Amino acid sequence: MEIKQVSPQVKVHDNPKQRKMKQRRYGRGDLFWAYIMIAPLMLGLFIFYVYPVFQTVYYSFVEWGAFGNYKWTGLDNYNKLLTDTDLHRAIRNTVVYIVLSVPLSIFLSILVAALLNQKIRGLTIYRTLYFLPVITMPAAVAMVWRWLYNADYGLLNYALGLLSIKGPHWLTDPNIALYSVILVAIWSSIGNNMIIFLSGLQGISSSYYEAASIDGAGTISKFYRITLPLLTPTIFFVGVISLISAFQVFDMIYMMIGEKNIAIESTQSIVFLFYKYGFTQNMKGYASAIAVLLFVIILIVTFIQMKLQKKWVHYG
Amino acid sequence: MFANGYKKKVGSAVLVHIILLVGAAIMIIPFIWMFLTSVKTMGESTMVPLVIIPKQLQWNNYLKVFESLPFLTFYWNTMITTLFKTVGQVMICSLAAYAFARIEFPGRNLFFLLALSVLMVPGQVFLIPQYMIMKDLGWLNSLQALIVPGLFSAFGTFLLRQFFMTLPKELEEAAKLDGCNQFRTYWQIMLPLAKPGMIALAIFVILWSWNDLMWPLIVNTSPDKMVLSAGLASLQGEHSTNYTILMAGSMMAIIPMIIIFLVFQRSFIEGIALTGSK
Repeated sequence: MEIKQVSPQVKVHDNPKQRKMKQRRYGRGDLFWAYIMIAPLMLGLFIFYVYPVFQTVYYSFVEWGAFGNYKWTGLDNYNKLLTDTDLHRAIRNTVVYIVLSVPLSIFLSILVAALLNQKIRGLTIYRTLYFLPVITMPAAVAMVWRWLYNADYGLLNYALGLLSIKGPHWLTDPNIALYSVILVAIWSSIGNNMIIFLSGLQGISSSYYEAASIDGAGTISKFYRITLPLLTPTIFFVGVISLISAFQVFDMIYMMIGEKNIAIESTQSIVFLFYKYGFTQNMKGYASAIAVLLFVIILIVTFIQMKLQKKWVHYG
Repeated sequence: MFANGYKKKVGSAVLVHIILLVGAAIMIIPFIWMFLTSVKTMGESTMVPLVIIPKQLQWNNYLKVFESLPFLTFYWNTMITTLFKTVGQVMICSLAAYAFARIEFPGRNLFFLLALSVLMVPGQVFLIPQYMIMKDLGWLNSLQALIVPGLFSAFGTFLLRQFFMTLPKELEEAAKLDGCNQFRTYWQIMLPLAKPGMIALAIFVILWSWNDLMWPLIVNTSPDKMVLSAGLASLQGEHSTNYTILMAGSMMAIIPMIIIFLVFQRSFIEGIALTGSK
């Protein structure tokens, strides 16, 4: 029916012709080019991303042998997930890491963005400085912080010493190391989030503030009554993205703590364990089960965030 | 009253600057410390009380880095990987993004959803099978192992599709009337218009590619195929206590990115802001 409407002068006789007409609805040659243009991407995504998801799920049911051979062991790996205390510790570490680093980074980023979102001198210089950690290789960031945190010769304990405080062993004390990593994570993420918040703030129409000024609202009350509510979509976006990437923390722990550190048990993250099992201990089956677990956790948490957003995110 | 209000304004401006300056100092001090340590003697770096400024700048720390690991090779590998990944990914993603944004074809939504669903999956889920593919192809310890999986990106396609959708349709229609096929329309008309979007994507790819650690650690373990990030990890293994060399190596790994950032600062900022505003 539809086809007739497009070009009513052509009668529909039989199937092959009908097919030809259908093509015409999409434009001559368009179909050919569309498929040619998406082909490289779809092929690559399929080979390197879609197929691996299924393969990982399959691997999560096998046990890896020394020579890359593997055998089906059913739910063994998943049972191991339940009993592996290292993994439970890693999940706890990762949760602590997320719960502290994500909200604190968002809070500080909003603070910096709000301060920068006015006519002040040196705006570009501030922006550049705050952004510097974002473009710096995490491996190098970890290295310099290891040095700053050094208990004997580190700048941090030296500064504390000037205040006659004896600084702790930041990276080797199991009670402290995780928090030291979290501080660095916040330090290196503020710049990125600040830029996103700054562009969110610039999207808020100045007429709101003018109206509030006429009503006699002060700076603080304007911030709470106008800025924050109108910024909630951006906060939500940054929150979801930060959470997903915080679940995958690896570089900082691998480079700053490392496997030989006595504090590794109290700092290692889920992905650190995934790497350790999968690539240094060649337990690729069990590592796959951890990857599947991580995927499920992230899906659930993201889903909950999506559900909760209705309660606090204002789409103006 | 007027004077009072003025004073208050100046006062709050000073307060704002004080807060921002303290923050900026916290951001920049690690970099300054990295540099200062990289030009100290090992003795100076472990002296108590601390030596802030070294007596003589020890540039030969940088030479020592070259002596202990093939850093020039790391540079070359990192640059080649980043270059091919960036150009390749921007081309492949922009082709597909144009088709998804502008051409109607059966299965369009299905294919696009499939690409989007990849975005939801954390990277570790792909890693072991990707590693096995590289192993089966005999690509372990090769540059193509670093490049090829990174040519295809759901994120890049999504970003560019959003960008293509904001462009006006008139030009395209004119091109069509002139008898251009879809590919020529994309290549000659749309691509030049989509430059800001492509630059934004390119910056993300450069950043991720340059700084990525886990994948290079996994696929390339021989020093002649290592990139800078993995090279730093082995430098740490070799000189775990000599921080003058570790800091020199770190400086060398981050300086190219800092230069790129300072030159293309506006594009960086706009690119990051673009992802937040969609």
